[in-house]
Amino acid sequence: MSRIAARFKTLAAEGRGALIPYLEAYDPDRATSLELLRAMPAAGADLIEVGMPFSDPSADGPVIQAAALRGLKAGATLVGVLDMVAEFRKEDDATPVILMGYVNPVESYGYERFCNDAAAAGVDGLILVDLPPEEGSVIAAPAQAAGLDIIRLVAPTTPDARLEYVLAHASGFVYYVSIVGITGTRSASAHDLASAIPRVRAATNLPIAIGFGVRTPEQAAQASSIADGAVVASALLATLAETLDAQGRATPQTLPRVLEQIGALAQAVRAAGQKPA
Amino acid sequence: MANPIEHGAAAAQSNSFRQQPDEHGHFGGRYGGRFVAETLMPLILELNEAYEAAKADPAFHRELVYYQTDYIGRPSPLWFARRMTEAFGGAKIYLKREELNHTGSHKLNNVMGQILLARRMGRTRIVAETGAGQHGVATATVCALFGMKCVIYMGATDVERQKPNVFRMRLLGAEVVPVTAGAGTLKDAMNEAMRDWVANVADTYMLIGTVAGPHPYPAMVRDFQSVIGEETKEQMRAAEGRLPDVVVAAIGGGSNAMGIFYPFLDDASVRLIGVEAAGHGLDSGKTAASIERGRPGVLHGNRTYLLQNADGQIDEAHSISAGLDYPGVGPEHSWLNDIGRAEYVGATDTEALDAFQLCTKLEGIIPALESAHAVAYAAKLAPTLPKDTLLVVNLSGRGDKDIFTVAEHLGVTL
Ligand SMILES: Cc1ncc(COP(=O)(O)O)c(C=O)c1O
Repeated sequence: MSRIAARFKTLAAEGRGALIPYLEAYDPDRATSLELLRAMPAAGADLIEVGMPFSDPSADGPVIQAAALRGLKAGATLVGVLDMVAEFRKEDDATPVILMGYVNPVESYGYERFCNDAAAAGVDGLILVDLPPEEGSVIAAPAQAAGLDIIRLVAPTTPDARLEYVLAHASGFVYYVSIVGITGTRSASAHDLASAIPRVRAATNLPIAIGFGVRTPEQAAQASSIADGAVVASALLATLAETLDAQGRATPQTLPRVLEQIGALAQAVRAAGQKPA
Repeated sequence: MANPIEHGAAAAQSNSFRQQPDEHGHFGGRYGGRFVAETLMPLILELNEAYEAAKADPAFHRELVYYQTDYIGRPSPLWFARRMTEAFGGAKIYLKREELNHTGSHKLNNVMGQILLARRMGRTRIVAETGAGQHGVATATVCALFGMKCVIYMGATDVERQKPNVFRMRLLGAEVVPVTAGAGTLKDAMNEAMRDWVANVADTYMLIGTVAGPHPYPAMVRDFQSVIGEETKEQMRAAEGRLPDVVVAAIGGGSNAMGIFYPFLDDASVRLIGVEAAGHGLDSGKTAASIERGRPGVLHGNRTYLLQNADGQIDEAHSISAGLDYPGVGPEHSWLNDIGRAEYVGATDTEALDAFQLCTKLEGIIPALESAHAVAYAAKLAPTLPKDTLLVVNLSGRGDKDIFTVAEHLGVTL
């Protein structure tokens, strides 16, 4: 069983959803982001999304754009990102790591080579925001051969007929984009989610994580109990950005503040699981 | 190279070059496509259906012809540039006068088609990206004409160097949003316009200004611009009794070039030449020559030649001309390049500045700096060709918007 499937299975048995925090690789530098990655499981991360910085993140809001730029300035490359994951894997063989980014750097690296190298580094899944299933044939076979899940996004705008098509190309889990918009702008209401998730649930057996707009512990608790997991990105990156000095460098505040926030999110997610639905 | 993206390469089995793209929006099975986030995907599919329906509807064509004629002022003349011909001392030079269109460039051809489509689709709010501001002005113009809400994203650098157009757009009632991300040029404006669209899908139509973006935009914009080539064909037959031998056009995203090339694609005798902005020189690292100095990749919804580094990060383009300052190019040009049906060359900032002045002095026509790149290459090529060669330059826009930039480069304070 893949790490992703195993983790969702364990959490289901515990009766709670997953907290899936996001970090941007090399933000604000390689060492800090690697240290953050390593500390995330103990702080309460059940799965981790690692952002691969891209120069033109057209589906992201200002917070992730800025994080990607910091990562690139710090020298992020795909080789470097995979190397970070490999170092993380030396100490943690259980926490699933999902790489999230845009397709061009991966195409430039070469799809087959990338899938093989990512799997070897200990990556479990890929989310390529701008690679819809219509264009997904370039990566489907190499990902499958390497044992990587291709995690598909589903949006409120995805019609039922299309939902089936998209989910036929999904593995690992389904990422439900809870708002119509870019990352880190609006949030969906519990009511919206409660009516949206059953529609997705009816179309797949895969676990469902909710992302885009999950910011507070309350929202994470709600999302992870309505679905099977909550992805928190912009809220954490915003905190990280706040702790940087005037030159954009990490300070002694950086790790503790971000980890503390992950801790609070994790606590809420776990508490929500204790309550009977 | 083990090429992972040749899956559809055999799809283009036809002896016509005018059968692209395929139903997936791929040109030659490789370029183009639909690389957008899932939130946009249903909209792109809806747009495709709406465009196919409009294309098949004679009422839509009648409406478009009406606005082309009475509002844009088409057909635009094909002007025999006698003094330029004499000065170059070779091929006979004709200028396709797209600068005479309402709003001063070819941009309105496309914008008019798309606004009529947006109205058919019931959209009430338009977002667009702009570089030089010509597409923004054209878009703001039709929004004024039809009473629609208009938001234009423009790189902060471009806002600075194209002030007259920014003022025009605001006069026309558009909201102009300066984009500070990246280098603050066209690619950043495109990212921001896409972000706006993703967030406002219910009422908003994204009106892309060139033959790029996810399918169906490259094909649709080409179709709306093809009126340029169709007229040129007829006008040249009337003037010279035959087809032109060479057609030259500047390439930003490639819409004025596709518009004049497309009707000639199956006329093997017609040489088609796209002139990219070589900036400080093709090998200076400061260019916008995506085909000549880039390699294929994925940006803004399509696969095409891109200026990018070894890690697939997109490079900033450079050109004196804001309308050419883009690190990509329409996917159909990438395909035409690979199969050798069109040639792609460069003209530098300096060559464009010289051609700008030359065209102004010899023909009394102030060309846009974008179009001046095409004139610059024609000036190089024409003297090498026999005097009976017919060479058409697509004069895509007028240069009034550029006089500040040109003055600055000539050391003149206005
Ligand atoms: C006058 C003029 N010509 C050419 C261009 C380049 O665009 P395209 O290559 O799509 O024709 C522009 C873009 O702003 C323009 O304003």
